[in-house]
Amino acid sequence: MAKTIVPIGPYHPLQEEPEFFMLTVEGEKVVDIDVRVGYNHRGIEKLSEMKTFDQSTFVIERICGICSTSHPFAYTRAVEDVIPVEVPERAKYIRTIIAEGERIHSHLLWLGLAGHFLGYNTVYMWVWKLREEILDAMEILSGNRNNYAMFKPGGVRRDIKAEDIPDVLKKINSIVPTLEMLLKAIADDPVLHARTKGIGVLSKEEAINFSALGPTSRASGVARDVRRDSPYGAYDKVEWEMIVTENGDVFDKVVVRILEVLEAVKIMRQCLQNLPVGEIDLNIKDIPPGEGIGHIEAPRGETFHYVRSDGTNRPVRHKVRAPTFMNLPTYKATVVGETVSDATIILAAIDPCYCCTERMAVRNTKGKKLYNGEDLIKLSQRKTERLREKYKC
Amino acid sequence: MTRESVLKDLKERFKADIVEVFDKSDKRVYIEIKPESLVKIANYIFYDLGARFNIASGVDIRHHIEILYHFTIEDINLLISLRVRLPRENPQIDSLAHSFEGANWIEREMHELLGIKFKGHPDMRRLLLSDEWPEGVYPLRCDYKEWDKDAIRDRGV
Repeated sequence: MAKTIVPIGPYHPLQEEPEFFMLTVEGEKVVDIDVRVGYNHRGIEKLSEMKTFDQSTFVIERICGICSTSHPFAYTRAVEDVIPVEVPERAKYIRTIIAEGERIHSHLLWLGLAGHFLGYNTVYMWVWKLREEILDAMEILSGNRNNYAMFKPGGVRRDIKAEDIPDVLKKINSIVPTLEMLLKAIADDPVLHARTKGIGVLSKEEAINFSALGPTSRASGVARDVRRDSPYGAYDKVEWEMIVTENGDVFDKVVVRILEVLEAVKIMRQCLQNLPVGEIDLNIKDIPPGEGIGHIEAPRGETFHYVRSDGTNRPVRHKVRAPTFMNLPTYKATVVGETVSDATIILAAIDPCYCCTERMAVRNTKGKKLYNGEDLIKLSQRKTERLREKYKC
Repeated sequence: MTRESVLKDLKERFKADIVEVFDKSDKRVYIEIKPESLVKIANYIFYDLGARFNIASGVDIRHHIEILYHFTIEDINLLISLRVRLPRENPQIDSLAHSFEGANWIEREMHELLGIKFKGHPDMRRLLLSDEWPEGVYPLRCDYKEWDKDAIRDRGV
């Protein structure tokens, strides 16, 4: 059968990172995939070398709009590892609260979009409404709905007021009943099972070989979570479960993320209730020469920062590794062998940046355009419709 | 498996390959090794000790180019950083991409940003920089100057 090339991407206004995928298909089946990144290479590592340690915190906060806490968190921990110092207890709790709030809103954002791609627009609307509650809670805590600017080497910039805590608790608790209902609905829905079970399987061996991270690896049965393996912040002082499932398909990735949201609510609630009193900042003046590593569990996996100091007020080298850098290449293992209508959700399942999926355009090898991005989403949604009729629900 | 036993084992097994061990803290250890023994040691840490490959980070420190390969052994909460030093004129080292897939992309990245050659890498295309970027200009080298100021100004940046 003739091979056809399907270029996906690279730009989409919804996304923070453009990527380009080239699928080679035979009929409906994907036989090869190639990934290109770098369309939005901003040189932040180089830029960070020109800023002081304090200014860098703000620069790297803007690496990603959704993970705007994980990068400063990993960076400040790397700087603290250079010295080395431990931040005050209260600062640790505040950092944990902000990081978990971000995990909730990031996972909910993904869940909504995944629902949209599969043709479940009700899920999309519902979940994004829940996400508003969390963003409001974050606004109460930090003053911003996103890009919280709470972190600095040595502590946090802003304290949490005692009178705000009841409001925040009320808001984060309000999402739990809807999520539990959603979880039951997902477990019962035969159409969703047909669309996601056994689709885009990442085996345990592949997950280890690719060094996959976060929910992508935990859905494949690799129990790895920086919060558990190398506790930081207040994670060793609160009760929570690491969510691990065995199958590695899209369904498991959905389930892992929903359960993680519930765990994050649990962590946030405990931290807010047991917030210790005391200082929130160490007021670090000088960074001695040396090197430091900070790694934390971001919503998508481990974020890794390496900072090298020569004793001046600027880093000599600042290496940033976001989780998607390790998760993205797993497409090679998951997409090949699946159909084009499933490629959308498999590409989405590792929670990368979505830009690619909506910019899909199917061309034959002579470059004649056959489908555009909207057609492909429709293709995916029509498959769900067909299954719905088949299962009569 | 404990932290001490792992370090002792590594020191004995690769006695001839290790240049220096810097025990920074409970969770961090930096091991400087000879560049030619990288694949052997990395494979041992990844497969036999069951470590996860975090990432590698290259840095130009004027006299030579240094690469740190970071591995985490999750069970004992230890981050091992293998340090190799390469000559600045012609930095090259064996590729790890055949050993485990996770090293594939970062070697492509270091190749274009720092100009390190990875011998035996299966797919040494550009990863981040655009196709118009000139050959032989490496933005993370310390002697890097903005290669074409006019071009940037013309675009109104």
